[in-house]
Amino acid sequence: MNRKKLQKLTDTLTKNCKHFNKFEVNCLIKLFYNLVGEATERPGAATGLDRNAFRNILHMTFGMTDDMIMDRVFRGFDRDNDGIVSVTEWVHGLSLFLRGSLEEKMKYCFDVFDLNGDGFISKEEMFHMLKNSLLKQPSEEDPDEGIKDLVEITLKKMDYDHDGKLSFADYEKAVREEALLLEAFGPCLPDPKSQMEFEAQVFKDPNDFHDNMNS
Amino acid sequence: MGVALARLAQWTAASYGTGTLEITPLNEILLKEIIIFVEHFIYDHPQEAKFSFVEPLEWKTDLEPSAFESGYIVSETTVTSEEVDKNGQPLLFLSVPQIKVRSFRQLSQLVFIAKDTKLKEAQACVEANRDPVVKILGSDYSTMTEDSSAFNILHKITSSDDPESEMKMRIAILLKQLDLHLLSYILRHISLQICLNPEPVKKDIELLKSFSGKGEQTVLESIDYTSDYEFSNGCRAPPWRQIYGEMCYVLVKPHDVETLCITCSTEGVFLNGGKTDDEGEIDYERKGEVYKDLVTFLKEKSAKFSENMSKQDIRFNEEQQKNQIDEVPTYAIRKSVSGSDKNKLEKNQINFRKNQMTRRLEPSLNWRTTVDFKDRKTPAKDSQEEKHGGKLEKTRTSISPGRAQLLRKSVDKVEEMASESSSESEEDEEPPDHRQEANADLPSEYWQIQKLVKYLKGGNQTATVIALCSMRDFNLAQETCQLAIRDVGGLEVLINLLDTDEVKCKIGSLKILKEISHNPQIQRNIVDLGGLPIMVNILDSPYKSLKCLAAETIANVAKFKRARRVVRQHGGITKLVSLLDCAQNSIEPAQSSLYETRDVEVARCGALALWSCSKSYSNKEAIRKAGGFPLLARLLKTSHEDMLIPVVGTLQECASEENYRAAIKAERIIENLVKNLNSENEQLQEHCAMAIYQCAEDEETRDLVRLHGGLKPLASLLNNTDNKERLAAVTGAIWKCSISKENVTKFREYKAIETLVGLLTDQPEEVLVNVVGALGECCQDRENRVIVRKCGGIQPLVNLLVGINQALLVNVTKAVGACAVEPESMVIIDRLDGVRLLWSLLKNPHPDVKASAAWALCPCIQNAKDAGEMVRSFVGGLELVVNLLKSDNKEVLSSVCAAITNIAKDQENLAVITDHGVVPLLSKLANTNNDKLRRHLAEAISRCCMWGRNRVAFGEHKAVAPLVRYLKSSDTNVHRATAQALYQLSEDPDNCITMHENAAVKLLLDMVGSPDQELQEAAAGCISNIRRLALATEKARYN
Repeated sequence: MNRKKLQKLTDTLTKNCKHFNKFEVNCLIKLFYNLVGEATERPGAATGLDRNAFRNILHMTFGMTDDMIMDRVFRGFDRDNDGIVSVTEWVHGLSLFLRGSLEEKMKYCFDVFDLNGDGFISKEEMFHMLKNSLLKQPSEEDPDEGIKDLVEITLKKMDYDHDGKLSFADYEKAVREEALLLEAFGPCLPDPKSQMEFEAQVFKDPNDFHDNMNS
Repeated sequence: MGVALARLAQWTAASYGTGTLEITPLNEILLKEIIIFVEHFIYDHPQEAKFSFVEPLEWKTDLEPSAFESGYIVSETTVTSEEVDKNGQPLLFLSVPQIKVRSFRQLSQLVFIAKDTKLKEAQACVEANRDPVVKILGSDYSTMTEDSSAFNILHKITSSDDPESEMKMRIAILLKQLDLHLLSYILRHISLQICLNPEPVKKDIELLKSFSGKGEQTVLESIDYTSDYEFSNGCRAPPWRQIYGEMCYVLVKPHDVETLCITCSTEGVFLNGGKTDDEGEIDYERKGEVYKDLVTFLKEKSAKFSENMSKQDIRFNEEQQKNQIDEVPTYAIRKSVSGSDKNKLEKNQINFRKNQMTRRLEPSLNWRTTVDFKDRKTPAKDSQEEKHGGKLEKTRTSISPGRAQLLRKSVDKVEEMASESSSESEEDEEPPDHRQEANADLPSEYWQIQKLVKYLKGGNQTATVIALCSMRDFNLAQETCQLAIRDVGGLEVLINLLDTDEVKCKIGSLKILKEISHNPQIQRNIVDLGGLPIMVNILDSPYKSLKCLAAETIANVAKFKRARRVVRQHGGITKLVSLLDCAQNSIEPAQSSLYETRDVEVARCGALALWSCSKSYSNKEAIRKAGGFPLLARLLKTSHEDMLIPVVGTLQECASEENYRAAIKAERIIENLVKNLNSENEQLQEHCAMAIYQCAEDEETRDLVRLHGGLKPLASLLNNTDNKERLAAVTGAIWKCSISKENVTKFREYKAIETLVGLLTDQPEEVLVNVVGALGECCQDRENRVIVRKCGGIQPLVNLLVGINQALLVNVTKAVGACAVEPESMVIIDRLDGVRLLWSLLKNPHPDVKASAAWALCPCIQNAKDAGEMVRSFVGGLELVVNLLKSDNKEVLSSVCAAITNIAKDQENLAVITDHGVVPLLSKLANTNNDKLRRHLAEAISRCCMWGRNRVAFGEHKAVAPLVRYLKSSDTNVHRATAQALYQLSEDPDNCITMHENAAVKLLLDMVGSPDQELQEAAAGCISNIRRLALATEKARYN
């Protein structure tokens, strides 16, 4: 990609992104194209990271492990649902990932947890997301009993309107009261350690950057 | 009967198999009772008397067949009863010398026949039939000895209707009654004539020891054995004394009399000749009456002991009873009772020690903790005791592990004592470990918490966070929940979570630990589980909210010494101090994420933790070394109350040590403390006042408080008396500040004196000590003395002279003494009998009180009308004063010398104290380097010279040479007093010679050149006396 195009892309994205400055956007774009690699050059096909590539990044860079959650994160990034994370989606997604406000994050997390997208996190969805969260006790008759109980505990804690499912309002209220519940059903945001490492790696050497820009 | 025979009867040593009964009065009684029972049986229970025993009672008898009369078939060597059982067997069969008896009727006949030898027969019978019940009723009934008997009996009654077993039952019950009768009879007998033996004596001594120690409330100062070696029989006396029945010798030091050397022998307790000086041998000779036990003896010898004993009598008796119960073999009936008693008593004992601790004199006035302690801990304690009381039977089994733990802890504690000193000791009481009973009715929370802990253990990060959040919904301030978390193993899990990489789990875990660590037991559990080092490490975390939580939890846990030490040893203090170093930018971003928080918050939490930690001496040092003071000083400039309270609290703790006060002064902290006195927050005001109280020991600080305008807010805070803790802090600050004259003037301006007088009544002791202290300082000023008198302050002051709080007494005596300088006030004091009260305080065990009382007496004697007469009217008063010269406390000695100087102004009194041997006692003190004592001693000597041949006597007791050396002191007051004393002494020629020999003339000549006129005069007078003597001798030689 030529410099002019890059410059233009950077400018557009910076304008639309409130959490990153121009330099950071530039770094992220470069990183994106590094990750996409040669695939971009293929004409016709949309450029971007497909599900597998993206999941790989989530796993390697942000230490996520839960397949289902990673799929949901991919969905969160892939706004136009075309199966590919484009450079715009990439920068937007990361803006929330790294710098998002609590409100933005709540919205994002809720969407991740709302598996069927009906605006509620139902008991079944919770069960689905929590089903691997407990060590299976071989002694127990019903291995799912613990999970069911955990779902009940969560509902008791977060379901303020007692309708047996979590609305966004329920979720928001619970998170505002106890921030730990933001990622209640599984880690879908980078943990602070990998976030710092990522930022340190990607946003390094502003001087280099200026040199590049000037030369 | 079985029980009584088996356990109580005194069998001879070789008592297994067929033993014989010892001929002791006890056994005799036992046998007589049995005989009476058998004799009456036939009349009382004719039906039962016919019952034939399962097996005959068989023994060797001395009865001759010829003794048997009608109703028996008698041959030469055999006797058969006519009465037979249903199988035709005779109920009595004698074949010399063996006799077999099978019914009570026959037994009772036999007793009748035996007449004089019945005792012997009964003895033989009992000896041969060790378990008569089994023989009479069959082996089923041997269980009668256990206390499950009632159940067995009932069971048998219900299970069979057959008349024979019903009969057996009735007999069993009768025998049981006899048994009980015997037991109670014997018990009464034993308790009357229990003779001392090593066990109870040992227990008595141990018990007294636990009630002894320093302080007002104890019964004795000390009690010790003379020998550490204990023989296997429990005696400590050497074998050649043991043959006289002597068991041990104890040295007892009561509060009010000399050390007593006491012999404990089997006959009783008596005073012996004491230790002989040279070899430490004991003079075994009896020197007094024999008392029945140690307590009676001591009550007789020491008034203080009996007074304090009467206060503690109930407890002591309970203890003693417990011991006695232990001595008597425990039998079924008593078992449960003694068990529960023991339990309660242990509690009591703990409680009692605790009280003692609180009462212990704290001259540094850590009143705050004392208040807290009383208010907060005692009710908790009580409620716990009640709980225990309710479940006595259950706790009996569980008490031993608990005790073991207590023991272990006390070992720990000793260790701690050795390793560091703390400005606060009371706080370190170990709370009794109290676990919930597994089978008790557990609250539903318990099971829910148990489930959550299970998920904590077996869940991944997501499940753990959910469980942690859910756990926070329980009322974690409630003890049931706190202990439930611990008892289901939750603490271990929570602490383990802190060691993981999962920040969210750490935050969640700390949020819970922070809440439950308000519980003293949990604090100890956390330390025991090694939680503190992990938390200290978390202080380095890059996430501020995590740091905050860790610091807050440390603040809660570090409430006791061992915890504080762990924090320090793991470098916690340095890390906490660095938390204080927050960037001072006020425009910080609002909390943007879970892991962020404001720097100010971090600093606040750091200060909070330091506040807790600063209660240990070594931690204060560590805070200073880590550069904590400049940072604290900087934080003090902020205006957040949340921040200021822990900061001032930390400073106040540190200010108890002098070098930190210097650091505080250097950081210009006083200014800000004064500023915060004007805050609205009562707690902040309290801590500021407290810090000023601590710091104002230093003169410059007192001036700083005044210069920064701190006296006015202090004076105005006096008017708010609702918050006693703050009032105590404020009065404390006023007390210390009023040591400076200028401050007193200011206080007068602000009408603080009047307010202080108003606070003399209806206030807790913590406040009174400070109020009286302040008045004592203020009354050094004449104008203030007038104010105090006019406000009616003298009466309440004199009333306080009868208190027992030693710190208070020291201050009250000082204040009364200060008032007595004013003759008009003296009239009031005299009228209120204040002098007598002061005088009786000379008997107070605490030297500070003694000294202060003696100082206060000086102006009283000076200013009272008919002082001489007044002094004489105190029976034994003069002797008491003179005997105080035997004290080894320099301050007491100085004050008593001063009092003697004043007393000796009256010729008659001087004569009396001379008779009491004041001269040798004063002379003995002459070799001292203490300038204060030198001065007052010299004055006393110079006064005492005015009677009879006292001058000569001082010379004889070698007081002159040391006095001459006083002239080399650097203190002019000493010079003046000494010169006057030497002048008086020089009236005696021998003394002149001694002075001359000790080169007094040269020294005195220098004194003549002094600007002090009195000194000049006295020195010159002395020289002239010496010179005159020299001239006289020369004259005599040449004539």
